[in-house]
Amino acid sequence: MAVKVIIPTPLRAYADKQASVEVQAKTVAEALSALTGKFEQLRKHLYSDDGRLRSFVNVYVNDEDIRYLQKDQTSVHEGDTISIVPSIAGGAR
Amino acid sequence: MVTKTGIPAGPAAGKPAAALSKEEVLRYSRHLIMPEVGMEGQLKLKQAKVLCVGTGGLGAPLGLYLTAAGVGRIGLVDFDVVDSTNLQRQVLFGNSDVGRPKIEAAAARLRDLNPDIQIDTFEAHLSSENALDILKDYDIVVDGTDNFPTRYLVNDACVLLGKPNVYGSIFRFEGQITVFGYPGGPCYRCLYPEPPPPGLVPSCAEGGVLGVLPGIVGTIQAAETLKLIIGKGDHLVGRLLLFDALGMKFRELKLRKNPECPVCGEHRTLTKLIDYAEFCGIRGEEAPTIVTNIPEITPRELKSRLDRGDDLYILDVRETHEYQICNLQGHLIPLGELSRRVNELDSSREIVAHCRSGKRSADAVEFLRKAGFRKIWNLKGGILAWSDEVDPAVPKY
Ligand SMILES: [Zn+2]
Repeated sequence: MAVKVIIPTPLRAYADKQASVEVQAKTVAEALSALTGKFEQLRKHLYSDDGRLRSFVNVYVNDEDIRYLQKDQTSVHEGDTISIVPSIAGGAR
Repeated sequence: MVTKTGIPAGPAAGKPAAALSKEEVLRYSRHLIMPEVGMEGQLKLKQAKVLCVGTGGLGAPLGLYLTAAGVGRIGLVDFDVVDSTNLQRQVLFGNSDVGRPKIEAAAARLRDLNPDIQIDTFEAHLSSENALDILKDYDIVVDGTDNFPTRYLVNDACVLLGKPNVYGSIFRFEGQITVFGYPGGPCYRCLYPEPPPPGLVPSCAEGGVLGVLPGIVGTIQAAETLKLIIGKGDHLVGRLLLFDALGMKFRELKLRKNPECPVCGEHRTLTKLIDYAEFCGIRGEEAPTIVTNIPEITPRELKSRLDRGDDLYILDVRETHEYQICNLQGHLIPLGELSRRVNELDSSREIVAHCRSGKRSADAVEFLRKAGFRKIWNLKGGILAWSDEVDPAVPKY
């Protein structure tokens, strides 16, 4: 299935400056692994050393947080959009 | 010419208008003639107390619109001083405010905009020691800060005190906006249980921000605050609004209350404020970069070696657009491209790597040493230090 992964601004530097990338996948895990396969430098920003998705990076399939679905085993379908949403803190300075 | 006949009498008729003066009725007439606000809503605004944490990029539009709308009491917390790099986006301040405490300049501007309201100023770092005391007198807290420790602190304090926290954060072209801490709704820790380790996520000072972005995000925070006060419309509770100024797109994601949340969940473990610097992995005053054993050269040493005619190869690891601001005529390979362009470098030559502040080039030196380069140094303090110590004609950015 072709799904679109939206890359957030802070991570675009590690994804060839692209705002979104299309990958083939049946689950979120497959989609993210296809993505980090394409852009190796993204890996350390998405996963901690023990291979778990970092807790300041949330992943959504369409508008649902995968923590409340089947986590990275959540299935994806043709035309779905996966959003990677890391925490950002800027505002005052 | 303002004439008294301009006062819309209709919607106010029959309501206890005593709390608004004739001048206030005129001032807020565009609110009063809308049924969603009306006299009832305007009186709610007049009685409302809102605390703005941070008076910078987000705080500027927030402060201006809440003041203009007639929110009766506004608290401002900041410790910073206005500098010229603020003026690109912090529209509360003017050229003549440079060097002045933000809180003082902001209060003066807001009092001029609306002398009827009360402005409280707290020239302080919000901390675990003072937060509950500062927040307790307000109905709503608006988070316009710029760092993770303060954001977790504001969140926890709001949850502990049961106050809504109107949240906005920005980076480059992108903003996130929501309302945390609303009764029954999620909090910041439900969204992000933990902060990123220091250094992994760049701040606006490092990554930049489009000047108008805090204007848009702060104005959305102001709109949410006004709606919470008047009790109208759909709030951003349980919804995370994402804004991308580059693609000019708004998107909305579902934000759920995490039953395991340590501060607002069913089995909460966090019942008082903690040490947020420690929680965010920042120990001591300045977060020290964990750079060890990186060979360094100071700007003065580099200058004297170049003057002597030593054959040094200057490697600039910044981005192309930074090179255009100023440069030391080095060979440009952005850090992100170094691994695939390493063959452009000659390991038999002496190399000095530099960036803006010395952080990225330290990564570059570490990488190149692992790749077998032995005659390589990091320019200590980067081009900023070069400007300070060697050539003041090089602009700082
Ligand atoms: Zn929570």
